[in-house]
This record gives sequence, C-alpha cells and structure tokens, in this order.
Amino acid sequence: MNHKPMGRIKKIQYDCRHATYLIEKREHKPLTLKENIQLLIHLAGCSVCRLFRRQNRQITQLMRNIFQRSAARPHLLDEKFKQEMQEKINQRLPN
Amino acid sequence: MVIPDPRQWVQKHADHLYTYALARLADEHLARDLVQETFLAALQKVDLFRGQSSERTWLTAILKYKVIDVYRKRSSGLQVTRVDPEPELEFFEAENGHWKEADAPKAFDLEATDPTLRKEMAAILQKCLQKLPTLWLSIFSMKHMDELPSDTICKELKITSANFWVIVHRAKLNLRACIQKEGL
Repeated sequence: MNHKPMGRIKKIQYDCRHATYLIEKREHKPLTLKENIQLLIHLAGCSVCRLFRRQNRQITQLMRNIFQRSAARPHLLDEKFKQEMQEKINQRLPN
Repeated sequence: MVIPDPRQWVQKHADHLYTYALARLADEHLARDLVQETFLAALQKVDLFRGQSSERTWLTAILKYKVIDVYRKRSSGLQVTRVDPEPELEFFEAENGHWKEADAPKAFDLEATDPTLRKEMAAILQKCLQKLPTLWLSIFSMKHMDELPSDTICKELKITSANFWVIVHRAKLNLRACIQKEGL
C-alpha cells in the first residue's frame, strides 16, 4: 500500500498557515495550478479558513477606503514654514 | 508651454505636495522637510523642465522619488524580519500549521451597513494599522494609495517577491487578530 498521497492531502487539510498565505496571495494575483488545487482541497474541509478568507477580503477593502480617504484629505503647511521656504528659493534664484 | 516660475511655487504647490507626503509618511516633520527638499532639487534642474507636464505634476514626481527613498531606507531593516523565528507561529501550530485554538478566526462582520458601526470599524482598523511596522505600512500605502502592482512595489523597495508575500501575509494576519481582539 502506498500511504504517501493520503499523507500529502492530510497535510494540506491541516495546514491553515499555508492556506491563509495562499488566500492572501490570491487577492493580488492568480495562483499556480498546484496552489489552486491545494487551496481548494483545504477550503473544502476548513470552515475557519473560509471565514478567514471572507474577513481578509473585507479588511483589504476597508483598508483601501481608509488609505484613499486619507490621501484625499487636504493638509495645510504651516504659513511661517512656507514663507521661509519661499525665501530660500528666492535666494537661490538669479536676479 | 509652461514656463516654471519658482517665485510662485510655494504659494501654488506647497500644500498639495505636503498633503501628498503626509498621507504617505504619516510624519509631519519628515513630510515638510521633503517638500522643501523637493523645491530645492527642482530649482537645480529647472532647466530640464520641458513644459510637457504641468509644474505641479513635475514637482510631485520629484517628491514621489523622495518618498520612495524613505520607504527604501525603512525596508533595509527587512533583513531583521527575515531571520525572525517565524512570527506566524504566534497563530499556528508549529508541527502542522493548524490554527491555534485561541487565535483562530471567530465571526465578526466588517460589512455592516449601519453607518455608526462602519465608522467604528474603520477606527479600529486605523488603530490596528498604527501598530504595524512602518515598512509594512509603506507597502500598503503603495498598494492602496498609489495602486501600484506588487512587482513594482518589490522593485522600488528592493525586496524579493517571496519576501513580499510573506510580509503581506504576516501583516494581514496581525491586522485580523488585532481587530478580533479589539472586540468586533
């Protein structure tokens, strides 16, 4: 009897660490065929990682919102600093 | 054809550049120093300005390189991360990679429709983000503010793509755990 293939599948089924890594990677780019199969096998039997996948996606989306909102929020530079900065520029200009 | 006018630069562009830098570095002093450096650097190569882009676009491009330079300096601390004794083991069993009981994901829902709740979640995530190492934040800024593809991020920060995935995975595991701990 060859126990090896069974052992390999068991290993995939247990390995949430690797599965979560693949879940993350898949959000950014397509997985290889082998990785896809590994992930499918794992998710089929692991409800915790299915939950992780959903939460992870939500976190990505919320994070994108937060970053884009903060990039769009205008900030004003201190007036005194601005003045001094313009003076420094002017000093370096030919008359 | 746009002729650059350095005497107007600060009044016209300083706030815009400052906003750009501050959003990406979250450090007021550093942000304003970079704005100043940008103007001074631009002044030195003002002859190279061809007027093909607007003055503002040109200045922002110079600033962008300076921001990435800061990111790059932060990423040189990466070697330390790499020899870390596998921080994922905080969440997973060493022998088989299974979730540790205490750290396994439990239901919480970030997709709440209630606006008050949504605000609260954003606040929690924001708080959790601040606990991350600055390099990890740099990666997320490049990804979500500048929407750069991961290959570009790797190239700019001089990290391997294998390392990139490890960092992002680690960062997201930490964020998720932090949100759960904060009680969503």
